[in-house]
Amino acid sequence: MFEDLRDLYQEVIFDHNRNPRNFRVMENANRRVDGFNPLCGDKLTLFLKIDDHVISDASFQGSGCAISTASVSLMTEIVKGKTEAEADTLFKQFHEMTTGKTEDINLEAIGKLAVLAGVREYPARVKCATLAWHTLDAALKNQQEAVSTEE
Amino acid sequence: MTTFPIEQIRADFPILGEKIRNKPLVYLDNAASCQKPQAVIDSIVHTYSHEYANIHRGVHTLSVKATDKFEGAREKVRAFINAASTKEIIFVRGATEAINLVAQSYGKSKLKAGDEIVISAMEHHANIVPWQMLCQQIGTVLKVAPMNQKGELLFDEFEKLLNGNTKLVAITHMSNALGSINPVEKIIAVAHAKNIPVLLDGAQAIPHMAVDVQALDCDFYVFSGHKLYGPSGTGVLYGKQALLEAMPPYQGGGDMIRSVTFDKTDYAGLPQKFEAGTPAIAEIIGLGAAIDYVSVVGMDNIAAYEAELLAYATEQALQIKGLNIIGQAAEKGGILSFTLEHIHPHDIGTMLDSLGIAIRAGHHCAMPVMDFYGVPATARASFAMYNTRQEIDVLMQGIKSLIEVFG
Ligand SMILES: Cc1ncc(COP(=O)(O)O)c(C=O)c1O
Repeated sequence: MFEDLRDLYQEVIFDHNRNPRNFRVMENANRRVDGFNPLCGDKLTLFLKIDDHVISDASFQGSGCAISTASVSLMTEIVKGKTEAEADTLFKQFHEMTTGKTEDINLEAIGKLAVLAGVREYPARVKCATLAWHTLDAALKNQQEAVSTEE
Repeated sequence: MTTFPIEQIRADFPILGEKIRNKPLVYLDNAASCQKPQAVIDSIVHTYSHEYANIHRGVHTLSVKATDKFEGAREKVRAFINAASTKEIIFVRGATEAINLVAQSYGKSKLKAGDEIVISAMEHHANIVPWQMLCQQIGTVLKVAPMNQKGELLFDEFEKLLNGNTKLVAITHMSNALGSINPVEKIIAVAHAKNIPVLLDGAQAIPHMAVDVQALDCDFYVFSGHKLYGPSGTGVLYGKQALLEAMPPYQGGGDMIRSVTFDKTDYAGLPQKFEAGTPAIAEIIGLGAAIDYVSVVGMDNIAAYEAELLAYATEQALQIKGLNIIGQAAEKGGILSFTLEHIHPHDIGTMLDSLGIAIRAGHHCAMPVMDFYGVPATARASFAMYNTRQEIDVLMQGIKSLIEVFG
């Protein structure tokens, strides 16, 4: 029935929506940033533990649509063990993939995150996917203020 | 229901024949904006093809014709809401501008620090923010009458808020987020008993029911043309003549003056005093065509037909497990706001869109209402006179299927 949406709602997205990974408060986090999408009311809190420029742990709390939940869940999985610089590169690649600025994205580098490439065709939903990553970007820059998609 | 000419009406709205993502369009976002009948589209084409010039400005034939048609639309609006005079019909861009006009002109000139303005818990941002701005400017105080879980105004609580400091009640006739219809007659009666004027936000009510401003005895009534099957960029502020006479202009410019020198300007009389600058001429003439159209169908017929649609949709929706209707007021217009367990409204919106169904997913410019129900957003199907039971069946089937897919 929803054939047209198969690129947007891949099974991985349903899976992460049903069972978000790293969905917990992190007591010993040393970075904590809130992200908010006022248009749809998506809210998340991202927790990172960074030791020696390496993200040793990542988790989140909050509520949002399937796209935003899957995006942040996948992100926490993939950035764990990455250096800050590597995570920053991923942020940039993810941003390019979802906003469609580059045709030749290195899908290998971006790995599992490629399941979110479908949002490119749904301008109204791009921010759902990028909220997590903008929040990560703020956390990497050690910003304290909440991130909003509408600034 | 059998007597309602639904086939004819649908045929009058060309966009209803569109395909969206290869599926027949099922347009259920009418509370955001309604589609336009051919008569309105033709009216705009006709104005620009044959009768367009600026109004109130020329002695030439076209200007006279355009002015006649424009003022003709004002008379149509007057008759439609049964105002006493066309002087009481001010054309604006929409309900939002009308409320801002009242806040900045009436509010700023008649109210002072400490005076209270009473609104309700179910207002659209358009009937919250202009008052908050006024409060910041002059120190008035905003009071909010609460509602119950069904989305009904708590009338006794409302009444208790009215006191010697209350200088204005501004309340929605029908809520866009919930569909609740407020007991406006009673509201006006208790407010007037204390000499408090009442503004009704009729943006949602106007396409769904007959409105008679004299019978209501409201002091201001505002609505937008685009929700009444008319063009966007058109709106109406109705105000009692005595109130409007006593109010200063809202904006300055051409058309709103009688004479200007560099020392002094004499303002024009009503309604021009509040209509500075060139208005949306062809669109307002088109609004007149929309009013002709709904008047032929009959507002009471529309109300009865939509009430059946809502009852049917509600009954169907209640059978869907995990579906939660937000807003279950006893008095309710054609709006079905809902949430689904574990499925975010934006996902509902995108999924239904792939089936050709247009609904709204979001906070509906009523964030305090979302906070009240503890939800970030709702999905909202809103009905117009051209919707059908079959379309509701398509919607319900779509909801059931997406619940399955999300599992
Ligand atoms: C109840 C209510 N009031 C005011 C408005 C504002 O109308 P507009 O945006 O046409 O000015 C709306 C429109 O959504 C509404 O539903």
